[in-house]
Amino acid sequence: MNVLNFDFISQPIENIRKEVICGVVGSGNLEVLVTPLANSENSKFIIDTSVTGFDHIWEAVLQDFSSRYAVGGLEFKVNDMGATPAVVSLRLSQAINILEDESHG
Amino acid sequence: MKANIDKKVWDTQKTRRLTKLNAAKDKGLEKLVPSDRTIELLETVLAPEDKVCIEGNNQKQADFLSECLSQCNNEVLNDLHILQSVLALPSHIDIFEKGIASKVDFSFSGPQALRLAKLVQQQKIQIGSIHTYLELYGRYFIDLIPNVCLITAHAADAEGNLYTGPNTEDTPAIVEATAFKSGIVIAQVNELVDSVPRVDIPADWVDFFIVAPKPNYIEPLFTRDPAQITEVQILMAMMVIKGIYAPYQIKRLNHGIGFNTAAIELLLPTYGAELNLKGKICTNWALNPHPTMIPAIESGFVDSIHSFGSEVGMNEYIQSRPDVFFTGKDGSMRSNRAFSQTAGLYACDLFIGATLQIDLQGNSSTATVDRIAGFGGAPNMGSDPHGRRHSSYAYLKAGKEATDGRVVKGRKLVVQMVETYREHMDSVFVEELDAWQLQEKMGSDFPPIMIYGDDVTHIVTEEGIANLLLCRTPEEREQAIRGVAGYTPIGMQRDHEKVKELRQRGIIQRPEDIGVDASKATRDLLAAKSVKDLVKWSNGTYSPPSRFRNW
Repeated sequence: MNVLNFDFISQPIENIRKEVICGVVGSGNLEVLVTPLANSENSKFIIDTSVTGFDHIWEAVLQDFSSRYAVGGLEFKVNDMGATPAVVSLRLSQAINILEDESHG
Repeated sequence: MKANIDKKVWDTQKTRRLTKLNAAKDKGLEKLVPSDRTIELLETVLAPEDKVCIEGNNQKQADFLSECLSQCNNEVLNDLHILQSVLALPSHIDIFEKGIASKVDFSFSGPQALRLAKLVQQQKIQIGSIHTYLELYGRYFIDLIPNVCLITAHAADAEGNLYTGPNTEDTPAIVEATAFKSGIVIAQVNELVDSVPRVDIPADWVDFFIVAPKPNYIEPLFTRDPAQITEVQILMAMMVIKGIYAPYQIKRLNHGIGFNTAAIELLLPTYGAELNLKGKICTNWALNPHPTMIPAIESGFVDSIHSFGSEVGMNEYIQSRPDVFFTGKDGSMRSNRAFSQTAGLYACDLFIGATLQIDLQGNSSTATVDRIAGFGGAPNMGSDPHGRRHSSYAYLKAGKEATDGRVVKGRKLVVQMVETYREHMDSVFVEELDAWQLQEKMGSDFPPIMIYGDDVTHIVTEEGIANLLLCRTPEEREQAIRGVAGYTPIGMQRDHEKVKELRQRGIIQRPEDIGVDASKATRDLLAAKSVKDLVKWSNGTYSPPSRFRNW
């Protein structure tokens, strides 16, 4: 497996204490585990992927995601099974949606 | 002068036909031919260099006749010119490998694309053109008139009246062209009956018929298991419904095959109903009886469907919904590929399909290097016909968008719906289509482009919708395409400022711009999540092929 690490500056997310898991580990899919960080300025990504050679695409997808959503103070652990960038973006936005629902609920 | 005119012979074709028929008679071959004498029949009534139309499209195949033709003696039969919609079966290619035929004009070769490419490289086959269906049918009446056609029907009576049943498909176009220009019509039938439920082809147009040892093959082409629909496809389907079907009020349309459009079909009763679009969109269709349409039909979304062909397992459901489908007095459907293609070309306001490659001008193709697959009907469905004269809200709106308001004609909407990356991280968006390399290999005058960029009005990806109608320069068009090309190399090279401007002008629309919440794109939104659910929606009248039964 290939492990990638990324850090981005992002707007801090408010009042998140919970952990969230989203997606499934299966071919062409991925699983995202979100946990709160002590530092609320940065978003942190640890990508465990079966595919090599797409580091710059991961970087572009996660950079866009971190500027589009307030995800400062969150760590995203991704177990990837060859998901396309479309699936990655969708899963990440679903994870944020679950987090927000739970923080209001 | 007068004497010369008198000498002119006007019935050489009839004479040739009669000579062939007499030769068959001399051998004791009557109208009903025993199946074990089929090869002998073919060697008798076909002649070298004949144009031979073998019925076969992407669903129904005259497989027995094609198999027999491939077993003929190549010293008796050679240099045949084959005309057929689809090169689907191994025997279709065997005919060329054995030297029985040397030239082909066709539309689609999906399953045999690799073998066909090889034959071309070995110079064992000459390809006339890769046609659209309508174009090929058209040429049957102009310059590719069959001398002999090999067709298939569901049943025949003793006279040779043919019943083609729900899968009528290409049969009428082929028989009409052959029988009325002194050609010879040979049919394989699944069964001999006392009386056919309805006469689709009159006995008088049929010269020989054979009860084949096995029923003709029909491919379940339009069965899509909802279990395989992904959330990205659901997201794109939401965008299409809310961002294109609703604002253009698309009522008359055609869907290509595939999971993208199956997702749209399965969102109509849920997402479509939620948006209050019932009766306002998707009422009249040129479409095969896709099983994934069952929930939309049952929910009252659909007024009518005219079909290119039928679909395995759908017969009982179709029979029970005559208000929706075109069925005969016998109850079963009569599809007609030529009429449905015409409907898709002229009577529909929108075509939506998918493709393997799109370039920066919006040209698209499913023909890639080493695969000469052809296109079937897509280029007819996916083009703006200049002959159209009737209006509709969608046609007029699209026309106005293309011209800043003043219109002498409208525009048909032609939508390409693709995920930016295919499997194995192959980018759909490319600088140059493989079609250009293919053109060189084939030695043809044009690259095999499926849908020309100037016909495409919208491109939908997981990233958003690009409305190409609103683009005013080639540069804008290129940036609009880059602007939805996601994280592909094409997309990453976008001009961010220009894309931002295009988004402000509504040329690029992101899901959030049209109120589509990406996080709601889950499988919960599908009206049916499995083939079993589709069977339930049909009250048990849909009986899926066994390979789709997993319960």
